Amino acid sequence: MSSAEKRTTTTTAAVPVSRKRARHGDLWKFLGKRLGIGVLLVFGVMLVSFLLTQRVPGDPAAANLGQQAIEDPAAVAAFRAKYGLDKPLPVQFLTYVWNVLHGDLGLSQQSHRPVSTDLAEYVPATFELAIFAIVLSLLIGVTFGVLAAVTRDRWPDQVLRVVSLGGVSMPTFWIALMAFYLLFFKWGILPGGGRLDPTQTPPDHITGMYTVDALLHGQWSLFGSALYHLVLPGLVLATYTIGLLLRFTRASVLEILGNDYVRAARAKGLPERVVVMRHVLRPALVSIITVAGVAFGSLLSGAVLVESIFSWPGLGAYAYLSAINLDLPAIMGVSLVVAVVYIGLNLLVDVLYGVIDPRIRLS
Amino acid sequence: MGVDLALEGPAGASGLLAGDAAGDQRGNLPGDLQAAKKRSSLPWRQPLAIVGMVVVLAWIVVAIFAPLIAPSDPLAQDFVQLKAPSAEHWLGTDELGRDVLSRIIYGARVSLPLAVLLVLGAMIFGTILGSLAGFFGGWVDAVGMRLADIVFAFPGIILAMAVAAALGPELLNAVLAVIVVSWPAYARLVRGLVLSARGSQYVIASRLLGASPLRALVVDIRPNVLGPILVMASLDVGNAVLLLSGLSFLGLGAQPPTAEWGAMVAAGAQNFDKWWIGLFPGLAILTVVLAFNFIGDSLRDALDPRTAKALRD
Repeated sequence: MSSAEKRTTTTTAAVPVSRKRARHGDLWKFLGKRLGIGVLLVFGVMLVSFLLTQRVPGDPAAANLGQQAIEDPAAVAAFRAKYGLDKPLPVQFLTYVWNVLHGDLGLSQQSHRPVSTDLAEYVPATFELAIFAIVLSLLIGVTFGVLAAVTRDRWPDQVLRVVSLGGVSMPTFWIALMAFYLLFFKWGILPGGGRLDPTQTPPDHITGMYTVDALLHGQWSLFGSALYHLVLPGLVLATYTIGLLLRFTRASVLEILGNDYVRAARAKGLPERVVVMRHVLRPALVSIITVAGVAFGSLLSGAVLVESIFSWPGLGAYAYLSAINLDLPAIMGVSLVVAVVYIGLNLLVDVLYGVIDPRIRLS
Repeated sequence: MGVDLALEGPAGASGLLAGDAAGDQRGNLPGDLQAAKKRSSLPWRQPLAIVGMVVVLAWIVVAIFAPLIAPSDPLAQDFVQLKAPSAEHWLGTDELGRDVLSRIIYGARVSLPLAVLLVLGAMIFGTILGSLAGFFGGWVDAVGMRLADIVFAFPGIILAMAVAAALGPELLNAVLAVIVVSWPAYARLVRGLVLSARGSQYVIASRLLGASPLRALVVDIRPNVLGPILVMASLDVGNAVLLLSGLSFLGLGAQPPTAEWGAMVAAGAQNFDKWWIGLFPGLAILTVVLAFNFIGDSLRDALDPRTAKALRD
């Protein structure tokens, strides 16, 4: 803490009259630097996934073109030329980058469609699930995290500690299976899979998220059904992030409770509720939202395990099928999309933080 | 903590750890660690930590004495397939008529050593790279840390899946895949610790006395880095078990007929109406991971000056 304090005092001393302008300049420099790092990272991710797929044995042309075309040398040569497979490795990589920049992620070997078409179909389904799960996690995790902090070392805190540790220790695929068995198979309370009932037709495509699209079209019963189908996979996906956010909220609220201004607020005679809601939760929320941004990324990982059990036609299920079928263009496409989302989220979180707390962008 | 945390977060599971690593970089030197240790309650005085240690010890005993404890051969197939728990088969039999209890007991021999192995692997690799980056700085630092950033930019299981798929579905390849995913957290932590130790008086003194960089790193800096690294590693075992069993669940880790917990849950998913096939191996994973998290959480509480401060006030 002392180094941070030192930093603040030196910066205030160093920032002279045109303080406001200097700050704006700093902000833009900060944003530019972060954006540059983000672009470099995406490039790095592409390189890593490209190199990984080089390890896999097999002829991509043979896998992609099918039996008939493979006997036609012209078709094979055309395919190889398009993806630069007849060139040395660095050129192949540059061709790959070039194609990606033009929206061409290659052909999926399982669906025989462009990977970009596949992704456009599956990404919204996963986003819908992940957004539902993160909202659920924030509601539950923050509420109980605050409760744990204000009752620290008493029984609610102890119970919540075990609960949150349980949440982060639970194998996602196992809790998915158990929830599926009990809530769907045994009791039939919740639908066991899919995004809608088999008899229903999805709403016209706007965002690809059924709940949002149904709302935009004013189809209330369809909205209800889509939401109902979200509950089971969403809850399962959220178990980990609920535990994570609960623990983090508790820690950051405890950290802030130790501050002098909190003691001052109490000394002033404010009721504990006001102290916690206004003086503690608000500063804590900044860092909680940061962690939630990162946790959203981890939900995309969890989706791989959850979607395969609840037959949720999303990115995770697609990634799984690509991995076991060694569908390389699809694996590279999924990695790229997920990494871009990850990097984008971190960028957003960084920027938010820099905007909120000037000390960070100055350091 | 903001930027550090945000950058380090993408490890997902180790997000909390990374936050602590950032805290360590900020000035929580080993000296503070020792003081914090004395200030707050010792980890082994905390009930949760004791429960965790007992459970871990119990699983180690089970793994060592598996042939003596298990009622039958984990690979022996019986004619009674998919049999519900009974006096004969306490936890029932699976789709090939194998005893679920015996397979869980033998499964401890797969999951526990491999989890330790891959945490060690990630720790060693990350520590070497992190200390070189922190000590030499310059391009070594730049290259090493950008590499860590790239790995962080992948969500754990997707990168592990890609690696495991590229190397071929096999248990050892899955271990390798998890190591590839988890070393950067160690590299970050070690780099920060080495960076702050490098500038300290005693290291400068040792260099002035003619010690080589390597000697300074190994003799003078290492003792200050070792503690936090071991804490982090003990926190990481639970995550390692989860990741590895997750890969096996997806069919990218242990191959049949190996008795591995994640793969056993996958068999339970194939026969989801026979609840006992999936329930019990999953409980085994849960108890192991929970036990390690109990220990880790208590350790962290005891060593983290921030929560310790709040507790004191």
